[in-house]
Amino acid sequence: MRRLREYLSEHFETTFRGFTVLCAAVVLIIMAAMFFNLAWNARLAIGQFGLGFLWRDMWDPALNEYGALSSIYGTVVSTVIAMTVAVPMSVVIALFLVELAHPTVSKVVGAAIELLAAIPSIIYGMWGLFVFAPLMAETVQPFLQETLGLENVPGIGRLFTGAPMGIGMLTSGIILAIMILPFISAVMRDVFAMVPAVVKESAYGMGSTTWEVTRKVTLRYGIQGVVGACFLGLGRAIGETMAVTFVIGNAHRISLSLYDPGNSIASTIANEFAEASDPLYLQALIYLGLVLLVMTFVIQMIAQWWVVRLKKSMGAGL
Amino acid sequence: MIDPALPLYGDLADPTPKIRVRGLDFFYGDQQALFSNDIDIAPNRVTAVIGPSGCGKSTHLRVYNRIFELYRDQKAKGDVLLNGESIFAPTMKLLELRRRVGMIFQKPTPFPMSVFENVAYGIRLHYAVPKSELEGRVEEALKGAALWEEVRDLLHKPGTALSGGQQQRLCIARAIAVEPEVLLMDEPTSAIDPIATAKIEELVDVLKKNYTIVIVTHNMQQAARISDFTAFFFKGYIVEFGETRQIFTNPKNKKTEEYITGRFG
Repeated sequence: MRRLREYLSEHFETTFRGFTVLCAAVVLIIMAAMFFNLAWNARLAIGQFGLGFLWRDMWDPALNEYGALSSIYGTVVSTVIAMTVAVPMSVVIALFLVELAHPTVSKVVGAAIELLAAIPSIIYGMWGLFVFAPLMAETVQPFLQETLGLENVPGIGRLFTGAPMGIGMLTSGIILAIMILPFISAVMRDVFAMVPAVVKESAYGMGSTTWEVTRKVTLRYGIQGVVGACFLGLGRAIGETMAVTFVIGNAHRISLSLYDPGNSIASTIANEFAEASDPLYLQALIYLGLVLLVMTFVIQMIAQWWVVRLKKSMGAGL
Repeated sequence: MIDPALPLYGDLADPTPKIRVRGLDFFYGDQQALFSNDIDIAPNRVTAVIGPSGCGKSTHLRVYNRIFELYRDQKAKGDVLLNGESIFAPTMKLLELRRRVGMIFQKPTPFPMSVFENVAYGIRLHYAVPKSELEGRVEEALKGAALWEEVRDLLHKPGTALSGGQQQRLCIARAIAVEPEVLLMDEPTSAIDPIATAKIEELVDVLKKNYTIVIVTHNMQQAARISDFTAFFFKGYIVEFGETRQIFTNPKNKKTEEYITGRFG
């Protein structure tokens, strides 16, 4: 024991450095292990369907035929809806909190937003199914059909056709938006608050309005943080399972209408894992998991590359 | 003693002051920071504002373009006239006031965009300028700030990529691009090196042909070198205001003398 202590005090620098390297390496090892594990446990399905799995629109456990297309489609569409709703709203909320609101209001609303971010996703799921879906069916969806339906807006109107059942792609996209909204706006608020007062002052000093200062200076100054916040939200939306499973409808089908039930990768896995008795069925689900992992991985890489590029072109500050 | 018809700087410059300040009080919440400040700023001259830290120099300057109004708890009382018109008058448009009264800050504050866009920012804000004309005006502003030769090949690099002194001159170019009447400089050289400081001092001397300049400085040599008039602030009061040479060679007030001879500050 004493000798160990002596050894450590003598070689503290190198020991400590070794320890940090080890801890950092664990991250890489876990990541690699995850990829390898998923791929290994899905080897039957990978062998059977190959890369074609990605664009096969078929999911039939009775025939043992599987394809990921409808799940990928559902994941992408629900995430796109979520981001379309959540990002602009988050920017506006963060701006209100930092630039416009009275400090007391800002504190109260800010705290509420953080509380919202802490609600477990199962609660969102149940709320979505029992409260939000009926509301969508009775009010929102008929309204959208009347205003943006096919008769009024050809093209986009296709998105709002079909029976307003309250459960489906649109509802799950909006639930996702509500879930990631507090998260994105909290990060954006911090980013906006970090922009130095003197930079904003000099923009105001040029005779800019609050909106101009925000759009051209604050937003650009914090662009790295803003993009980072969006991608964190995107990462959460793309893999969100519980809430989506409750309201998406869980049908393996691709439909242009946002009112129709669909599925996402995560909801499919959660929904069908328990009943996957056939090895190929189980492996197809694991293969789906691998697809999701690769998707999120690619998205994060794009985010990082984008942030670096932005920094270079604008010299953004944060 | 002083002819009441004359501005506070006497007969040494244009008899109609660019800015006339009367009875200006300033409050941070309940705390009063300025006490009945009276001063006249002569057009096309450099007026230096000196005094120890925390004496209200910057606070005073920040009233002229009403930038203090960004902060809820800050209040000004009294009057400030720009060309004879109160800056607090309902007819005075705030954004137009800030175009007419530009401000340079202690630290360079380039916006997160290219050198060109930094200068074009204000032009786009206040004028509908066709693209062909915009380039000319940006070049003109950069020349006006003695920066053109150094950045003509770097126009599309980020403003933050320039050196500290260049960034400060970029901010000056940005300010003069919108054709202001007054330039407020709040310790513009305190964050940059001596050589860059010398360049900015030279620039100030050139700029006063076209603009009225008010400069807050900690550096008494700088005030003596570049200003025509000097106001000495102490604890929120304007203790002495007059021709720079007189203030530095023959101060009338004992506090002024103590400060400029380095007895405190």
